[in-house]
Amino acid sequence: MIRERYLNLALLAALLAVPVLAQVQGAPFTITLATKIAIFALAAVGLNLALGLGGLVSFGHAAFFGVGGYVIGILASHARNYEPFLTWPVEVAGTTQMLVLWPLAVLVAALVAAAIGALSLRTSGIFFIMITLAFAQMLYYFAVSWPTYGGEDGLPFYLRGDFPGLNTMDPISFFGLCYALLLVALWLFHRLHRARFGLALEGARQNPERVQALGIRPFQVRLLAFILSGAITGLAGALYADLNRFVSPAMLGWQTSGELIVLIILGGVGRLCGPVAGAGLFFLLEHWLGGLSEFWQFWFGLILLCVVLFARGGLIGALAKDQTHD
Amino acid sequence: MKILGALTTCAAILAAGTGFAGDVKVGMITTLSGGGAGLGIDTRDGFLLALKQAGADNIEVVIEDDQQKPDVAVQLADKMIQSENVDVLTGIVWSNLAMAVVPAATAQGKIYLSTNAAPSALAGKGCHPNYFSVSYQNDNLHEAAGAYATKAGITKAFILAPNYPAGKDSLNGFRRFYEGEVVGEIYTQLGQTDYAGEIAQIRASEADGIFFFLPGGMGISFVKQYAGSGVELPLVGPAFSFDQGILGAVGDAALGVKNTSQWNKDIDNEANKTFVDGFLAEYGRLPSLYAAQGYDTANLLISAAEKAEVSDTEGFRAALKEADFASVRGKFSFGANQHPIQDIYVREVVKEGDVLTNRILEPVLVDHVDAYAAECSM
Amino acid sequence: MSLSLLLEQVLNGLQFGMMLFLMSAGLTLVFGVMGLINLAHGSFYMIGAFACAGVAMATGSFFLGLVAALAAAAVAGVLVEMLVIRRLYDRDHLDQVLATFALILVFSEGTRYLFGSFPLYLDVPPLLSGAVALPGGIDYPVYRLAVILAGGLLAVGLFWLVGHTRLGIRIRAGEADREMIAALGVDIDRLYTIVFALGTALAGLAGAIVGTLQSVQVGMGEPVLILAFVVIVIGGIGSIKGALIGALLVGLTDTLGRSLLPVAFAAFLPPSEANAVGSALASLLIYLLMAGVLVFRPSGLFGAVRA
Repeated sequence: MIRERYLNLALLAALLAVPVLAQVQGAPFTITLATKIAIFALAAVGLNLALGLGGLVSFGHAAFFGVGGYVIGILASHARNYEPFLTWPVEVAGTTQMLVLWPLAVLVAALVAAAIGALSLRTSGIFFIMITLAFAQMLYYFAVSWPTYGGEDGLPFYLRGDFPGLNTMDPISFFGLCYALLLVALWLFHRLHRARFGLALEGARQNPERVQALGIRPFQVRLLAFILSGAITGLAGALYADLNRFVSPAMLGWQTSGELIVLIILGGVGRLCGPVAGAGLFFLLEHWLGGLSEFWQFWFGLILLCVVLFARGGLIGALAKDQTHD
Repeated sequence: MKILGALTTCAAILAAGTGFAGDVKVGMITTLSGGGAGLGIDTRDGFLLALKQAGADNIEVVIEDDQQKPDVAVQLADKMIQSENVDVLTGIVWSNLAMAVVPAATAQGKIYLSTNAAPSALAGKGCHPNYFSVSYQNDNLHEAAGAYATKAGITKAFILAPNYPAGKDSLNGFRRFYEGEVVGEIYTQLGQTDYAGEIAQIRASEADGIFFFLPGGMGISFVKQYAGSGVELPLVGPAFSFDQGILGAVGDAALGVKNTSQWNKDIDNEANKTFVDGFLAEYGRLPSLYAAQGYDTANLLISAAEKAEVSDTEGFRAALKEADFASVRGKFSFGANQHPIQDIYVREVVKEGDVLTNRILEPVLVDHVDAYAAECSM
Repeated sequence: MSLSLLLEQVLNGLQFGMMLFLMSAGLTLVFGVMGLINLAHGSFYMIGAFACAGVAMATGSFFLGLVAALAAAAVAGVLVEMLVIRRLYDRDHLDQVLATFALILVFSEGTRYLFGSFPLYLDVPPLLSGAVALPGGIDYPVYRLAVILAGGLLAVGLFWLVGHTRLGIRIRAGEADREMIAALGVDIDRLYTIVFALGTALAGLAGAIVGTLQSVQVGMGEPVLILAFVVIVIGGIGSIKGALIGALLVGLTDTLGRSLLPVAFAAFLPPSEANAVGSALASLLIYLLMAGVLVFRPSGLFGAVRA
């Protein structure tokens, strides 16, 4: 048994060390796998803010993930085809600059989260789970049947965006970007958790009346958390689009929302590095088992079942000694 | 993969030597788990059967499961290109997965041979010297259905397909060759399971025939529900809903339905006979369209590997384009956009003993070239 | 659109609603009593369909298949409850989500291992095949009328079970206060096993009845799961009446939306565009309905106000 802080550091160090070693040994796919883990961890850090700290179990975070992805996909494909994105009222060209695209993806995801959150947060519990699902499904069906950007076929844009001074098509450089953004998000999560805002959010979950008595409106705190959460997941969606050079409605599907929840539970709900541990275990298992048997998902399911039965509080909960989270 | 290892060893023992043959490494990305697994499994089995029969020990295959998810397919393609150093990619069943993988793979200099999906975007402006479709162009079977409906005297057609790009392509393809009037058109929901509403609209229309494209489980549901509805207009569709893999699940409701395909097990030629008998002996079931396409793809690859080294991209592409192999379809050649020029037949669902299967009625489109070939500047 | 077509579409909507009720009855029961979010509900639906298809193929009798579907899904339910769910009662609800998610994978691939990767054959029994003429000049498939009847019978049966039997009293008590009934000496473990198995058996029965009209294949349960959740959330969780009304609402909205929206858009758009836009919007309708209901009634139509 070890302290959670050391466990977190070890996890993050491993996530950095493996691709660096792979780079030295010339195994680029290992880097791609690590990048996928970092991106999904980032998306789950976003969800963890709402779900872990705020107790807001959103079954619709695929909406933000997909919206972030489509912002990249749409603008990048316009830029690649030299067709302006808007011609009226002002001409807006597409772009492939990551430093422009990321804030845009974050902004659009935040706006969508604000709209969905404002309506959804009127409900709670299972009703909240289902109303968030409903909004995500609406976006999913819209994306499937809207022909302009490929519909169900999705939208390929062939090359990753540009970042000053880096060749983003080089796997290790792109991994570096994703890893850095993951660290920023984890730092933000950590700060928020300890700040007045985090306390208010946890308070709103555990005892809304008391928080209200302190002059804080739980609805506003929750809404802010939900928007932040959606924005972070939107950024992850943008990175995932860049990883694949492709976006499709599958990113918006309920399976994606479910997967994000599973990553968090697997790692440990509300734990700082729970999403990292969860994403690591999930995708490594998927990768290893996928090569072993045609029926690998059967064994994958059994292993997940064992984790939930025998590892209380997820991986971090089972391994860490100090209980920083109830 | 284990199956692979066994197969290559086995092939090595059997190999009688096929003359000059360079080594080729093939990455096969196909759907091996979940609801769509049957299609991927048939593609894989057809492909491997061809290698085994030819004793092609110079061709190494790595197989991975894409789970029918586009993002997984992209990552597997990256893995095969970056880590496995494959020369050729193949195997994708679904158009949306092909759109995710093919442009990126061909841009990186890999050759892609399509065993099934061939979306219009890759046939026209998006054509590429490294991309070959061995199956068809997606619209072909729908076009043939349109031509057949005209020929069969259907003058007022009711047409339906799911509301996604392949569905729209399908209805456009049908219209391209249909000369009668379309009296009703419905876009159903992707994954829809209940068709009572659509069938009611068909009944209320004055149609004298129905064209539908509902792949996979959607088609099974539709045909079963249609059979119980009391509406008795003739059905016409592409092969997908009446293919060997799912006919058993549709049951007698499918009997007599006319469907279009570029292959059937009763096409009379030596290669087809070897394939059908071999498949039945090896796997204990009748081959499907997907198996036939996988089989042809492997034989095309073997023929090219005998003529040129895969490292010589120009030469290898030229060898592929000659299509110098015995296709189970009989005659087969590539058009300007490297999609097949071939005959497309209309088949009828019949019962042979207890087994539902298809028999060929007649060719409806002969030496058919797809509609996008002219847009391809290659 | 003629009046008789409109009437037929209303009937189709009701019929689809009854299918949805069959699919969601088990889920709302388990959810209401045990507070358990059972993502594997669709897997039991699939198990029922496969058991029915397997037995019907082997024996030639659809009705034996129905019995097999009930039995197989109930047995699977008892096993799952005793081996997995029971260990998670004192945990966070989210642990149950992960466990039932894992069960989906296990059941799907396990079924594929047993039955192969190709869809199975399951057809309407001869007794219920064909169509009958209804007043108003509509030919309607007999089997679909049987589905409506089955849904109605199930609704009556469940009202009776919950309202008028000893088990029903315990179920209602369990919904209200689980510590209290445990203190009163009710064996809560056994009650939960029974309720869970009842829920999965209903899912299996629905799989057999509705699966007959669909494709019996791996993964067939997943869309069912989402639809069933939509239905019980609109109706209000744990309420049989809510599930019934929610199901009918969703069924009518979906069927009428699909047939009327393209017609409505055709008034001001060219036909093929109207079709595409209309059917795109139709696929969003039930989610719009759910979001709308929840915004105005945060606990569903018939739900008690609680989280």
